[in-house]
Amino acid sequence: MKLALALRCLAIGLSLGIGLPALAVDAQTLHRGNGPEPDSLDPQRAQGLPAQQVLRDLFEGLMRDDAEGNLVSGAASGVEVDAAGRRYVFTLRPDGRYADGSPVTAADFVYSFERALDPATAAPSSSMLLPIAGAAARLRGEPGALGVRALDDRTLEIRLEAPRSDFLHRLALPIAMPVQRGAIETFGSGFTRPGRLIGNGAYVLSQWTPQAWLELERNPHYRAAGMVAIERVRYHVTEDASSELKRFEAGELHLTETLPPGQLARLRERHADQLVVAPAYATFYLGYNLRQPKLAHATVLREALSLAIDREILVRHITGNGELPAYALIPPSAADAPRMAAAAWSAQQRLERARELYASAGYDPSRPLSIELRYNTSLANRRLGLAVAAMWQEVLGVDTRLRNEEWKVFVQTRRAGAITEVFRGGWFADYADPLNFLEPFTRGNALNAVGYADAEYDALVARAAAGTGLDREQALHEAEQRLLDAHALIPLFHYSSKHLVSRSVCGYRAHPLDHHPSEFLRWCDLSPNRD
Amino acid sequence: MTLLRHLALRLLTTALTLVGLLVICLALLRAVPGGPFDQEKLAPPEVQAALAARYRLDQPFWVQVGDYASAALRGDLGPSFQYADYSVSELIAAAAPITLTLGALAALLSLLLALPTACWLATRAHGLQVASLASLLALAMPKFVLAPLLVLLFALTLGWLPSAGFAWDAPMTWVLPVISLALPQFAVLLRALAENLRAALDSAPAVAAMARGYSQSRVVWRHALPLALAQTLGFLGPVLIALLTGSAIVEIVFSIPGLGRYLVSAALNRDYTLLIGAVLTVAVIVAIVNLAIEALQYLLDPRVRGD
Repeated sequence: MKLALALRCLAIGLSLGIGLPALAVDAQTLHRGNGPEPDSLDPQRAQGLPAQQVLRDLFEGLMRDDAEGNLVSGAASGVEVDAAGRRYVFTLRPDGRYADGSPVTAADFVYSFERALDPATAAPSSSMLLPIAGAAARLRGEPGALGVRALDDRTLEIRLEAPRSDFLHRLALPIAMPVQRGAIETFGSGFTRPGRLIGNGAYVLSQWTPQAWLELERNPHYRAAGMVAIERVRYHVTEDASSELKRFEAGELHLTETLPPGQLARLRERHADQLVVAPAYATFYLGYNLRQPKLAHATVLREALSLAIDREILVRHITGNGELPAYALIPPSAADAPRMAAAAWSAQQRLERARELYASAGYDPSRPLSIELRYNTSLANRRLGLAVAAMWQEVLGVDTRLRNEEWKVFVQTRRAGAITEVFRGGWFADYADPLNFLEPFTRGNALNAVGYADAEYDALVARAAAGTGLDREQALHEAEQRLLDAHALIPLFHYSSKHLVSRSVCGYRAHPLDHHPSEFLRWCDLSPNRD
Repeated sequence: MTLLRHLALRLLTTALTLVGLLVICLALLRAVPGGPFDQEKLAPPEVQAALAARYRLDQPFWVQVGDYASAALRGDLGPSFQYADYSVSELIAAAAPITLTLGALAALLSLLLALPTACWLATRAHGLQVASLASLLALAMPKFVLAPLLVLLFALTLGWLPSAGFAWDAPMTWVLPVISLALPQFAVLLRALAENLRAALDSAPAVAAMARGYSQSRVVWRHALPLALAQTLGFLGPVLIALLTGSAIVEIVFSIPGLGRYLVSAALNRDYTLLIGAVLTVAVIVAIVNLAIEALQYLLDPRVRGD
């Protein structure tokens, strides 16, 4: 009792000594954890997920996601696509306004697209706009017309180099959001500061303290301002998931960006009604470097290694964050989605088949395979690496060398493809379309770290990119099945999105890409029927 | 005159040290594998080339050194690689006052706690052993353990203080970081002060004062403490440097936008300009603290003056 009194006196004394008021979480402000500091609030320059989360509150592209991840119209009220799939005509909403009250025009989109493809802008995600006619030449700094033009203030025409079935998805990305030419010409790269950053989204930036927080206020000129319920949103920089959890438990955050690893079971008990775990459109896999002689023409060996890993054990005991075992690259959305044949087998059948294949590949306990598994340094990856190595050893007798590298070094080593054998891979989709998963495995793609080279696969992906309807679906299925049958990679699990959402916040929906714009959230009472 | 000459020499060596640090930092950053634009989702080659040109990474090494040094002399530390919307000068100008304020408060707190405790212990029979034990216990508790424990107790269990965050107008957010920073340094100061005080109490002036019948508290405060403080100044330098240059651990645990975090994140992100800017800022703080301590030693300790 005396100790408690003394501690209270110390705390009060220290604060009174400084003579200023204490921090208070006011009822009008939604406090959200948002991971690391956003890299930029310039839609054309931002790349990281924290920046994109904030940008979806500040800006609205021609297209956008709804609360559940469906692609819907954004700043455009409608779009007409010609029969060839190469000409898109967007009609902008008549009530589209920036936060300063000025109208959103087709010319703003023309300027923004040209800016994104100007090499001087150095937009990291500019490749997302490469389907536009003339975009590649623009990015190389060559003169030439870009296939984007304003037919009038509210009509925008975009011409593509070739039909592109996922193009509308790309227009929902920050790279395709409209910026005001005047602000950029006046303030240069400083146009993203509070008071200068004028977007057409549901909120406007009011404060930004780097490495601490960004505060957004409701944009009264937003086209759907009447639907925006929360007056103010503060995005907190939360680099450490454990600290973020403590802030949530202390009542300082309404929404966490993630959860610390390995705590799901405890949190299920403690915060059952506030925990939201949902499948994410993202996959963790181990990639084979197919340029290595020992792996290049060894489909049988690659399949044996894949089958020897028990995914159920991995997600239950090693990762334990609500992931789903993966037997396909793309998180399955339907029962007939492509998958490895082994998905339908029992664990015992998989292990027996793994041993048979391993032996037929020419290995046995007296002459075991020696292989390296490389990953970027993290406790989670280390646990996973150790578990995989133990399974390979137990089932096949494989001798695995685990190598970890700091992130930037790992990314460079993996891309170079010179010394890697088996490596940690993963993909968080940019947009909810299977093509986004499959294209990185085409020949010549900078992201093709496994070095998969298959002309038939490339043709299928190209067909899916250009196609529509059933033909497109079929091409996507065949391409994925071909990649899985080649055992160019070992899908281990599909990620989950996991958040704590305060019981005072309603409107939160699971979203496959883990996008949660603040405009869909609202305050609710603490009745038990929280939606 | 001697002091002024000494200070001038110190300033010159500091300037040379800063130039040396700049060259070493740039050389190490070029040598280390992995570049600032290596990401999971790689930008197109044209964009990488444009980024390299923007940050002058396509220039020869000595041109980069020269360009950076001349810009830095004008107060321009360049644009941040990682946080493209801010210049390094802006980021450091925002972070350094926070780190310096929390560090100064922690230094004050550790001194205010260490002084009376050391005085009390120095006059007790087994005081030095107690000081050693207390100091050992405090040092044995690393900040990454201490800080979350403080959060658990004061924020989550008692609910008195915020668990993290920093705001100039919310001093309650300062309390736990200051305690986390202060406790290990309190341990260092306590042991040094207690030992120096005990030695000072055995010195001729203190013994003479006691022989004249002065009270123990008067002997401690008037005769022993000034001598002990002068001798403890050597410990105060490293303590101040540790506190004023920021602790990445404390800043990450409490989400404080300070200098220590930049040092770590800039190194991991290969944010060359931010890292060099942060290193140079830390070097300047170290130089200033060392200069101040030397000046104090000169003023307080007759042996340093050569009197």
